[in-house]
Formats: sequence, structure tokens, C-alpha cells
Amino acid sequence: MSTIERHTIAVLVDNEPGVLARVIGLFSGRGYNIESLTVAEVDAATHQSRITVVTTGTPMVIEQIKAQLARLVPVHGVHDLTAEGPCIERELALVKVRNVGQERVEALRIADIFRARAVDSTIESFVFEISGATEKLNAFIGLMADLGEVEVSRTGVVAIARGATVGSPMGGREPVKRSSKPIR
Amino acid sequence: MSAQTMTGAEIILKALVDQGVEVIFGYPGGAVLPIYDALFKQNALRHILVRQEGGAVHSAEGYARSTGKVGVVLVTSGPGATNAVTGLTDALMDSIPVVCLTGQVPTHLIGNDAFQEADTTGITRPCTKHNYLVKDVKDLARVMHEAFYVARSGRPGPVVVDLPKDVQFASGPYIGPTELAHKSYRPQTKADSQRIQEAVELMARAKRPLFYCGGGVINSGPDASKKLTELIRLTGFPCTLTLMGLGVLPASDPLFLGMVGMHGTYESNMAMHDCDVMINIGARFDDRVTGRLAAFSPGSKKIHVDIDPSSINKNVRVDVPIVGDCASVIADLTRAWKARKGKADERGLQSWWKQIDGWRRRDCLRYEKTTKVIKPQYALDRLQTLTRSRETFITTEVGQHQMWAAQFMKFEKPNRWMTSGGLGTMGYGLPAAIGVQIAHPDALVIDVAGEASILMNIQEMSTAVQYQLPVKIFILNNQWMGMVRQWQELIHGGRYSQSYTESLPDFVKLAEAFGAVGLRAEKAGDVDGVIEEMIRVKRTVIVDVCVDQTENCFPMIPAGAAHNEMLLGPADKAEKPTSEEGMVLV
Ligand SMILES: Cc1ncc(C[n+]2csc(CCOP(=O)(O)OP(=O)(O)O)c2C)c(N)n1
Ligand SMILES: [Mg+2]
Repeated sequence: MSTIERHTIAVLVDNEPGVLARVIGLFSGRGYNIESLTVAEVDAATHQSRITVVTTGTPMVIEQIKAQLARLVPVHGVHDLTAEGPCIERELALVKVRNVGQERVEALRIADIFRARAVDSTIESFVFEISGATEKLNAFIGLMADLGEVEVSRTGVVAIARGATVGSPMGGREPVKRSSKPIR
Repeated sequence: MSAQTMTGAEIILKALVDQGVEVIFGYPGGAVLPIYDALFKQNALRHILVRQEGGAVHSAEGYARSTGKVGVVLVTSGPGATNAVTGLTDALMDSIPVVCLTGQVPTHLIGNDAFQEADTTGITRPCTKHNYLVKDVKDLARVMHEAFYVARSGRPGPVVVDLPKDVQFASGPYIGPTELAHKSYRPQTKADSQRIQEAVELMARAKRPLFYCGGGVINSGPDASKKLTELIRLTGFPCTLTLMGLGVLPASDPLFLGMVGMHGTYESNMAMHDCDVMINIGARFDDRVTGRLAAFSPGSKKIHVDIDPSSINKNVRVDVPIVGDCASVIADLTRAWKARKGKADERGLQSWWKQIDGWRRRDCLRYEKTTKVIKPQYALDRLQTLTRSRETFITTEVGQHQMWAAQFMKFEKPNRWMTSGGLGTMGYGLPAAIGVQIAHPDALVIDVAGEASILMNIQEMSTAVQYQLPVKIFILNNQWMGMVRQWQELIHGGRYSQSYTESLPDFVKLAEAFGAVGLRAEKAGDVDGVIEEMIRVKRTVIVDVCVDQTENCFPMIPAGAAHNEMLLGPADKAEKPTSEEGMVLV
């Protein structure tokens, strides 16, 4: 059995009606997984949107997913950010936690450690804004859930390759080597 | 050049004419009345009025497949569009270029559950190559031309253009077809030369090579088949063809091993299993061809030529992937093969052919010769013999008769064989034959049919008669859904659940009721006579050939089995029961 891999794929599309349905329909119709999917217009002049999709599958399935995406008529390019070298992945979450007393103090302290910002507050609740890698968000939300009732809204992953190469428009080129160091 | 202004309906027709369209297959309704009104006022486009929209799409497919042109369909909103869905899916599966124009409720009513509203672009998104909803008449001309480009280029397929009624009435600018490259859609047609070299190296070193070619070669144009035939003859390699590829290499060529796959020939399937280099050109390793994947051609290096990168490494891992248009890749391969001057491994090839000849001697398509009851294979054998010298086009329905037709009808040229391969759509053959006959008025066009399938689009008899199309419907009438019965016999313990048709029409009287000619053959001795009569009569004809009700289609690779586990005849079946894995497969 082949191993299941997790890949982050960037898809540049024409921002036309139905394009998101095409991409999502492809995943559901062919039984591929979507762990997260984000989309927004990134170039107002040419009306192009960038979809970042995190998916899992065997190497053969991942290859199929990319080929199937590239086949859609309004798709300009497909980049497998996981396969093509180091990339940065970020997610943003708004986390509402409802609690009082000592647990409220603890929540603030943990938020500080995670560099989450309180963006709303009542005497019995906070809304924290936090961004970072998916795992960091998971850890933070887990801790908050221990400290009270929580409500969560997350964006899903957005990602971009490290290094000086500007990948847009993304022409489905060969993977490029990138040498810049991650900044922590 | 300043753009001309005209109504949406006029823009649509002008775009069709400028795209070289001569015929459209359609059915009117409220949401396309402006287009029908514009049609009324012109003579450049011929409209063929079908009897059900599903028939229109299959007719367009038959037209497209037999000419290489784009087939065009015009239907109304709602039920018109939903009736077209089967045909669109069929065209998608078999890569047939079709542009289907659908009416839509006016833009301000979209989303309101208006009368005869359906979310056509939503419904057809997964069953088209691409689709459009035109909300502004300013976009209409561009979208029309783009639809044709998308339908015919790259891997061809169906494209829907959904046309709200207000857009058909509105006035807007007309622009002609442009050479402008599409923003994002640019199929790769020219192969990577490195890959060509790798392929030729493999071919030259092969001891047991095999060409395995399919419908992609036909889609690439008649020239591709010609060039491929040259290449195959140059190498002296054996060649097998898929159901969709029949006609790519002349059936009479000694290098042709017959069809491959579930009901392919013994020699083809054994060669697939045992070859050491497989050269797949324009085929897609479909499950009907591969059998059990884990046991598929275990010892071969595989070269795969396909214009669609997503076809490569989908089911079967290949060693040399070549993305490109068949005609161009075949030319490159031929050039590289000639330049290399090296020949094939002659010794290896010789003993390979010896092995193949051994398989051929099994004579896997042999059938019992009978004097009374008509064996379906005999009927087709005679049909083949008596039509050989004519310009003949064959379409089929789906079932045993389809497989027998693939085995017994011999195609010397591409574009002569229209069958529903990928989707297996019963009801395809008659409307497809109508489309073929419209394109080739003087040819002999025969739908090889089953009595069950033909009833799925029998209403198109009325179309055939209206346009005086001399299509021949050659029914192999076994009173059973034969293919279903065969599977029930092999896999479900002979429990023939709902596969017998208790009540069938009298097909001779039915033909007459439609204003066509009906003929019947009841014993082997009648067969030649009805075929000759059918050819002689220059009218629509139904031939009811009453065949052996119990005959099964062999050879057969049972579901879940490998190529070298074929059943050659009824006696074989007891020895090799279907695996549990195979039971769940279709
Ligand atoms: C629209 C559709 N419905 C159901 C099937 C499943 N099916 C495949 S073959 C077959 C029987 C066809 O019977 P007939 O046309 O008499 O052909 P025969 O096999 O007897 O030659 C059926 C029901 C299908 N292929 N298409
Ligand atoms: Mg039948």
C-alpha cells in the first residue's frame, strides 16, 4: 500500500461564476479529500483568484488531483507547494472563549504565549485572533476549550513558496529550488 | 473592422455559420423561440428536428464521430436541457466534440424557480468539458467561438452554452472567430523530444512489443490513423485496438490482432499480458481493457501517448509518458524510428509472432454453425460479408450485440464505427445512425441493435422517416437483455431477475407504423435474403433477426480476472468461478 501524503496545492483560476463549484465538484465527484480550501481574488486587474487547497492521498492520487485541476478550462496554473520546496503555510482563527475568574486569567496568559490578540471582550468572554501554522492553532484552540466554552472560526490554510521567485502567473513549470532560510 | 450589431439569436446563428456548422440537431421550446425564429429566416443552417432531446445529442455525436467535425445541438430550457444530460455524459466519456446550446429563463428570473427553469450549468458541470451561462449579450459571440474551440481542441468533449431568453432578444456586437489564444486553456499538442527518444529506444530493444491504440487516434484526425498504420508496418509489431479505436489500423492487416479487453480476442489479450513493451497510443487503460489491475501486463515497460495529462498514470503506472496530439507524436516517433536506422529485435520479434500465431490458432471467435436457429454471430458474419464492398458505417446499441458487432464487423478505415464505449448508453445507436446518415447521405448506415436497447430511443424512427434517411436497424432479437442475462448466468446462479422482456412489439409492424420498412429473419436461411433486401430498399428499414436466445458472448474476461484468465466458451465457465473481488465490479 502506498503511503498517504498531505499536500498543499495552489491553483490560480479566472474569477468567473462557477469556478469554485468546478474545483469543489472535481474533488467530491472523484472522491478526493479536502482538508481545507481557501479562495480570494488576488489580482483585481485580470480577475484571477488563488485557491489554496490542502488535500491528502497516495502519490498517484495527488498526481491525479493536480492533473485534473490543470485540465479545468478556467485554471491558469497548479502548483504543489509541498512538493516544490519549502513553503509557508498560515491560518487565521477567531476563537471566542467564555469563562470567568481564574480561568479567564489563564486564558489571557496562554493567549499571550501564543501571540494571540484579544479583539473583543466582555466581562465573561474574549475573542482572540490568532494566526500561524495549523498545528499551532489546534494547540491553542485545545487549550481554550479546557478553559471554557469555545466557538471557533478558521480560514483554512493559505500558503506561498519561500524564496525570491514570484510564481504568479503560475504556468505549471518544473519545481524550482529555493534557498532562502525560514525566518522565525 | 467595426463590430456589427445584431440580436443575440442572430449572433448565435452567425457564429455557428462562421464556425463551419451546416447542421444542427434540435427540439424547440419557449426558451429558445427567438433562436428558432432566426432559424426560420435563413438557409445556411439545416435543422434536424429530433423526437427527444436525448436523441439530438446522440445524433450530434454520430455526426461528429463520422466526420471529425463538431456536432451541434439546440434544446430548450428545463426538460430540454435535462433530457440532454445522458448524451452529454456519453460525449464526455468518449471524447466526442459537441456544442449544446440550451435555452434558459430570462436573467432576471434565474434562481426564482421560474417555469421550465433548471440550473443547467450546475447540472451539466460534471458531464461537460466546460460550460457557460451567457448573461450579457456583449459576451455572446466570444463565448460561442470559445465553446467550439474548447469542444474540438485538446481532448475533445461536450460544451454547453446556456442562453437566457432576454440575451437572445438583446442587441449586441458580433465578432468573428479570432486566432487569439485562450487565457488559460492551452492543451499541449507537441511532445517532449526526450520522451520520443526514450520511447524509440524501448521499442528497438523490445522482444515482445505490442501497439495498443484507441479512440484518441481517431480524434486526432484520419491522418493520424494513416501515419500510425505506416509506423506499425515499419516496425512489424503486432497491434491491438480498443473498442473506440476500431478502424485505426485496417482490420485486414495481418499485424492486427483484433480488439482488446473484456470481449476482445484471445490473441490480443494474451499479447497484452505477455508483451515486454506496450506502446499505448490514444487509449486510456480503461477497466474494460485492463481487467484486474494488479495482474495487468506484469512484465511490460509501458509507453503512453495521450493529449490529456490526467489520463497518464491514472490507472496504470507507465514508464514513458508522452503528452501530445497523436498525429504529431506518431510523426515524431516515425521520424525517430527511421533516424535510428536500428530495426526491431528481429529474432525476438520472430518468436513473438510464433507465439501469437499459436494463440490465433485457438480461433476464439469461432461459433457453432447451425441450419435452423440463427446464431447472432452468423447474422453479423453475413452482414459483414454482404456489406464489405460498400461505404458502410456501423453504429450500435449496448449489450451482447454491440460486442459481437465489434468482433465481427471489420473496419478498414477510422470514423466508420460509432458506439457508446465509456458510458455504455442503450439507445445510442439509432439517433447516432441518423447523425451519420445526415453527414453521409449516400452511405450505408446500419445500427446493430438489441431489441431492448432499440426501444430506448425508438421515437427517432419518426425522425429518420421525416428526413427520408435510409438507415438500417439490424436488431439481433434474443428477447433478453442478453448481456444482463449473461452476467446473471455467470455470477448470479442463473437467477434471471427482470432481464426477460415479456412483451415486445412486433418490430415489422412497428416499422410500418412509422412509415418505414420492416423485415424479419427467423431461420439461418433467411439471413442473406433480408440483408440483401435491406440494402436494396432505399428507405428506413428495421430488420428483426430472431436469434438464439441463449447464446453468450465469448471470449470474456470475467470481472476481476486477468487477461490470461479468459473464458473462451461456455465450457470454460464452470472451471473459473468469479472471485469475490470481481463480484462487486460492473
Ligand atoms: C440506459 C441503460 N440502461 C441500462 C443498461 C444496462 N444494460 C447493459 S446491456 C443491457 C441489455 C441490453 O439488451 P439488448 O439491447 O436486448 O441487447 P443484447 O445484450 O440482448 O444484445 C442492459 C440493460 C445500459 N447499458 N444502459
Ligand atoms: Mg436482447
